[in-house]
Parts: sequence; structure tokens; C-alpha cells
Amino acid sequence: MSRSVNTLTRADLAETINRKMGFSRAESLDLVESILAHMCDAMGDGENVKISGFGSFILRDKKERIGRNPKTGVEVPITPRRVMTFRASQLLKERIAKG
Amino acid sequence: MIRSELLQALAKDNPDLRAEEVEQVVDIFFDEITKRLAEGGRVELRGFGAFSTREREARTGRNPRTGETVQVPAKRVPYFKPGKEMRERLNPS
Repeated sequence: MSRSVNTLTRADLAETINRKMGFSRAESLDLVESILAHMCDAMGDGENVKISGFGSFILRDKKERIGRNPKTGVEVPITPRRVMTFRASQLLKERIAKG
Repeated sequence: MIRSELLQALAKDNPDLRAEEVEQVVDIFFDEITKRLAEGGRVELRGFGAFSTREREARTGRNPRTGETVQVPAKRVPYFKPGKEMRERLNPS
């Protein structure tokens, strides 16, 4: 599948770190992975992650509910689960609203 | 976990970096994501999740305190969808 040229990825983040900080490409990519890994680990341990100026990743526990297969109309139970939501900071909301 | 705890964790992993360098790296990380979203683009961090923006139509809202009606203009809002690995990690079977 082709990626949109408009999509920012780990590689782009690493490249900016490489360019602005002068760290090697490998080191820059390790730093990007490390940031993501620490956030994933915290959430894996049931912690919310709050980055001031950016937003908060918040965990929510959902109870079991009855869903329906939209194609067949058959009712199926949706098991209880933990979901991750993102609440953008006021600053991020403003920057996106302005465009 | 808050931003300062993330900085501490990264500093511990990278004893060769100065504290201000760790801080600059974290700033670049979140600033680049913010910039791309402000340009109307998408950010995809496989395994973690994807950030994008969605259009919200103009609507008539109401100030819940005064009951006064107000026009809320159309705007773009941030949207995040957690990745598959993240979802699985939160729900180990």
C-alpha cells in the first residue's frame, strides 16, 4: 500500500532530531523509539500519560455491552476492555483550529 | 507519567546526553507532530497510534451557564486512533 507523502513517521522525526541536534541517524531513531516505548510501558502499567503543551493519553475501562453485527444483525457480546483516548491540550487544539 | 518523568526516563537510558539535550529531543518530537497536524497532515507511529485531524461543522451552541445561544464556527480538531499493538497491550488475553 502506498503511503501518503503527507504522513509523518518515526523516520521523519528521527531525521529532524539528526538535523537539529547533530546526533547520528541511528541514535536519533533510538531516541524516537525510546520516547514511544516509555509512553507504551507506562500505559501498559495502567498509567495515564500527560505531556504538557501537547495532550494527555487517558485509559478508560469499558464494561461489557451488547453489540450487533451490522451485516447479519446477530447480537454479540462485546467483552469488557481497556481503551486509550487522547485529549489534546488547549494549545494543540488552537494550533490545529488555526491551520 | 508526566513530561518530566518521561525526561527522567530518557536521561537514565542516555547517560551521555545532557539534560537540556534530552529536553530538546522531546520538544522536537511533540513539536513536529503538532506542526504536521496544524498543516492538515497525518502522523503515523506504527504500534503506538495515528494522529489526524477532522472537520467539525459550524453549529449553534448554548452557554450552559446563561442559556444564551452562541454560533460555534466550523473548525478542525485533533483525532487519535490507538495502534493495534497498543490495543493488544492494554488488553492482554
